[in-house]
Amino acid sequence: MTATVTTDPGTGKPARGTTRGSGGARRGIPRIPDRIRRGGLPYLLLLPAVLLELLIHLIPMVVGIVMSFRQLTQFFIGNWGAAPWTGLENYEIAVDFDAPIGEALLHSFFVTCVFTFFAVGLAWLFGVTAAIMLQESFRGRGFLRTLFLVPYALPVYAAVITWAFMFQRDNGLVNHVLHDQLGITDQPSFWLIGDNSIYALIVVSVWKGWPFAFLMLMAALQNIPRELYEAAAIEGAGVWQQIRRITMPSLRLVNQVLVLVLFLWTFNDFNTPYVLFGKAAPAGADLISIHIYQSSFVTWNFGTGSAMSVLLLLFLLVVTAVYLFLTSRGRKGSHA
Amino acid sequence: MPSRDGHRAGRSPMAAPRSFLWTRRVVLTLLAGFVLLPVYVMISSSLKPLQDVSGKFRWIPRGLTVQPYVDIWDTVPLARYFVNSLIVAGAATVCSVVIAVFAAYAVSRYGFRGKRVFTVTVLSTQMFPGILFLLPLFLIFVNIGNSTGLALYGSRGGLILTYLTFSLPFSIWMLIGYFDSIPRDLDEAAMVDGCGPLRALFRVVVPAAVPGIVAVSVYAFMTAWGEVLFASVMTNDATRTLAVGLQGYATQNDVYWNQVMAASLVVSVPVVAGFLLLQRYLVAGLTAGAVK
Amino acid sequence: MRHLRAAAAITLAVSVVAGVTGCGGGTSSDGGSNESPKTLTYWASNQGPSIEADKKILTPELKKFEKETGIKVKLEVVPWADLLNRILAATTSGQGPDVLNIGNTWSASLQSTGALLPWDDENFEAIGGRDRFIDSAVASAGKEGEPPAAVPLYSLSYALYYNKKMFADAGITAPPATWDQLVEDGRKLSKDGKWGLGAEGSNLSNNIHQTFVLGQQHGADFFDEQGKADFTSDGAVAAVKQYVDFMAKDKIIAPGNAEYAQNQSLTDFAKGRTAMVLWQAAATTFAAQGMKPEDWGVAPVPVPAGAPGAGKQTNSMVAGINMAVFRNTRNIDGAKKFVKFMTSDAEQKILCKTYGSIPPVKAAQSDPAFAAPELKVLRDTLATSAAPLPQVPNESQFETAVGTAVKELFADAAAGSPVTTESVKARLEKAQQTMQG
Repeated sequence: MTATVTTDPGTGKPARGTTRGSGGARRGIPRIPDRIRRGGLPYLLLLPAVLLELLIHLIPMVVGIVMSFRQLTQFFIGNWGAAPWTGLENYEIAVDFDAPIGEALLHSFFVTCVFTFFAVGLAWLFGVTAAIMLQESFRGRGFLRTLFLVPYALPVYAAVITWAFMFQRDNGLVNHVLHDQLGITDQPSFWLIGDNSIYALIVVSVWKGWPFAFLMLMAALQNIPRELYEAAAIEGAGVWQQIRRITMPSLRLVNQVLVLVLFLWTFNDFNTPYVLFGKAAPAGADLISIHIYQSSFVTWNFGTGSAMSVLLLLFLLVVTAVYLFLTSRGRKGSHA
Repeated sequence: MPSRDGHRAGRSPMAAPRSFLWTRRVVLTLLAGFVLLPVYVMISSSLKPLQDVSGKFRWIPRGLTVQPYVDIWDTVPLARYFVNSLIVAGAATVCSVVIAVFAAYAVSRYGFRGKRVFTVTVLSTQMFPGILFLLPLFLIFVNIGNSTGLALYGSRGGLILTYLTFSLPFSIWMLIGYFDSIPRDLDEAAMVDGCGPLRALFRVVVPAAVPGIVAVSVYAFMTAWGEVLFASVMTNDATRTLAVGLQGYATQNDVYWNQVMAASLVVSVPVVAGFLLLQRYLVAGLTAGAVK
Repeated sequence: MRHLRAAAAITLAVSVVAGVTGCGGGTSSDGGSNESPKTLTYWASNQGPSIEADKKILTPELKKFEKETGIKVKLEVVPWADLLNRILAATTSGQGPDVLNIGNTWSASLQSTGALLPWDDENFEAIGGRDRFIDSAVASAGKEGEPPAAVPLYSLSYALYYNKKMFADAGITAPPATWDQLVEDGRKLSKDGKWGLGAEGSNLSNNIHQTFVLGQQHGADFFDEQGKADFTSDGAVAAVKQYVDFMAKDKIIAPGNAEYAQNQSLTDFAKGRTAMVLWQAAATTFAAQGMKPEDWGVAPVPVPAGAPGAGKQTNSMVAGINMAVFRNTRNIDGAKKFVKFMTSDAEQKILCKTYGSIPPVKAAQSDPAFAAPELKVLRDTLATSAAPLPQVPNESQFETAVGTAVKELFADAAAGSPVTTESVKARLEKAQQTMQG
């Protein structure tokens, strides 16, 4: 199911999606002649993408899924064909919430949900705010537009390491400001271990991620017709009302796509916690991607790691399906 | 639709009220500060001798030195990594965008069997954690290498193939949306004039979707530029990219923090410059091509 | 039509998957061959100040080898961050180097993959015999009772570094030889913002190295004779508690150390903020941080009582780098020759001197360079009182599980939560349950 991303220029309403099969009439224009459709051109156009996705994404994913049904430990890594089939045993270990492994997985799952909710929420909020605020031309706008993209341009390793620096308890900037200069806390707090680690993780993730939201939203805002704002202004609507009544609804489609994609990427984010915390993340910030890494690469137990990944995949599939269902229902509803 | 970029010179009667302007100033200042704080730390750390970097934090550093900027080229073959990253990211971006444009055009303009399967599958690839298909992918590359002699592991080519595929799903998805918003009339008009569908794509649809294509290119480039996990396994010394190579400043005994920061800043300058140049394409009206 | 197409796609996918998994692994030629007798690929680990420095150090030696044998060695220095991942990929696919460096704690795990050439008597003879090497170093190259999976290349052990001036100022005349003395000295030194001892609380390997040694001193092994995990024995719990108590009870480690994982404790020592630190060869790091060699001294790591030795008098794990050969190498004779070259007395003296490590080859240790104060302590420790970490296939699981438990205990201590025998035992119990197989 595709979701259209932009609004229709002429009417300000979302353009009809193309999820229907062949021949869905689009605004009354006669459909493409059959000879082209049957000519196989679309298949030809799709072919490179399909081949690449098969080779690089899908087949490895299937192999990964198959791995989850085998006991693929260090003993068999040299010869996968010899690894014994264990059926659902790896899954049973993963979902046995009474045993430490399952319990840890569940805990890490909840931590990741909380983290993703706040990280995506804040990143989106910052992105949309900045995009709206930078709509009007003013002096320094170009500079700010570039500045806000700097976190996106910096290499992940360096950016996260810098934040790790800043979060150091004794020598870091954060405690220097909070404790030494502002006196907010009595003692310098730990940000990289202990309960505060989730805040550190959220801050770093938002810092790195909001420019992308800003970028996409900024591009999408350009599509809103000027006349709408002018008409509203003439009728006496203030700036805030214009934002609420015109800008936000027009952005709805972009937001739907953006939020979904940010959610998926943030949920699976590996680099940020890995560089920030190293191989062992503190319990409060044990994201599921690191957790799975620990259970596979570090402990040479690829069968269990695969099983956990498949469970993660299933969860995300369900969430995405529900999300798309809810959002497309909303879309249809608005056109009733 | 007129482009909004730079059209508002002075305050018009419909200008925003003072409260909005003040809010804007405060918000933008806070955001700028948030963005700049680590950048400042990076810059000041890159100018300190190693001993001072691990010392207590000071707003104004003492004992500045430019030595790290000289050392970064020797400690690690930074120039080579930079070139590798450019080649890999550049090639991956160009190929990814071209393939995505074709695929998005097909989905946007045609109805055909398997369209929904295609789009759903493409979306589902975003849900799989990368660590999981790292080893299988490597295995596939090795098998290809063994049977065809085409060594994809350890080579830039393999990495290019991998990265271009990584950025395909989102690129295709976004481009479908952009293309959908470009009215079919334009294609039809061009085809009536005697263009085949492909000519129509290039002469009409692509120029109208330039901002979308630019946005997607930026995304594809940055995805390839910053990817760490697959690069660490798929490259060797000669083909290593920046994202992985920067970790070379953390050696067995010491971590050369100042050099890490210096190197990161140095390699990011061209990227930021690129952003600066590409901006105007991004924010031109998305349907500029539709204005007739 | 749609179903047919779907069926075709699935069949294709399944056959490819079968092909991929069937062809996985390098078991095509089980015992290696001599198909390419003129070339070798060698993955070296990063031992020097930088990858480029390593290349500069090794290339002349490789040229020597080429002159001697006519075999060209293709060198690649792999950063630590990538090394294990790449070895994994190489093991999985059968596509890798001929000879490689491995951290010696990986030996048993890699041994169980079956991808490495076992060094049985015949192979050892080809490089001069097993007796040339220090026993403890060879014992750190694979499971007991089986031929080692690798040959020791560079060896190291732990030592106690102390700040001479801070000791003099506190009126301490000699470095501590027992743990009680260390705590006592530490208490004298921990005041006015300075601390007695430094620790890398968030560095999992380091935690294991320290607690393993303490475990040995308490008579506990963390693994029983069958190789099953045993983290909750009284000795193991006492060992972990003793280490964490340096921060929790004795208060000679600063709370901030609980988050250290990037060698910050070495920086603290170099800057005179801590008076003691337990580390492998740290001389070059101190120098890079601006500390002069005359400011610090070296002593053996403390023991409960008496002098360092074997068994309960162990005071260090055997650290170091081993050299391994992939079983499916295409130049097995050349690989053995290369290992012989790198472990020859002459090369050992050259390389270990440059890298500041101790040669595991007994004959090479006689070089006067290894009698310098720091190296002498390390050398003696290695020879008399060092024990190998458990040589079990799931050694890295052990490092992760127990290392994380110690890290969390340090976090508790730093936050001021009590660290009791029960809480230590509970965490170790949890760690043990995560050990699979």
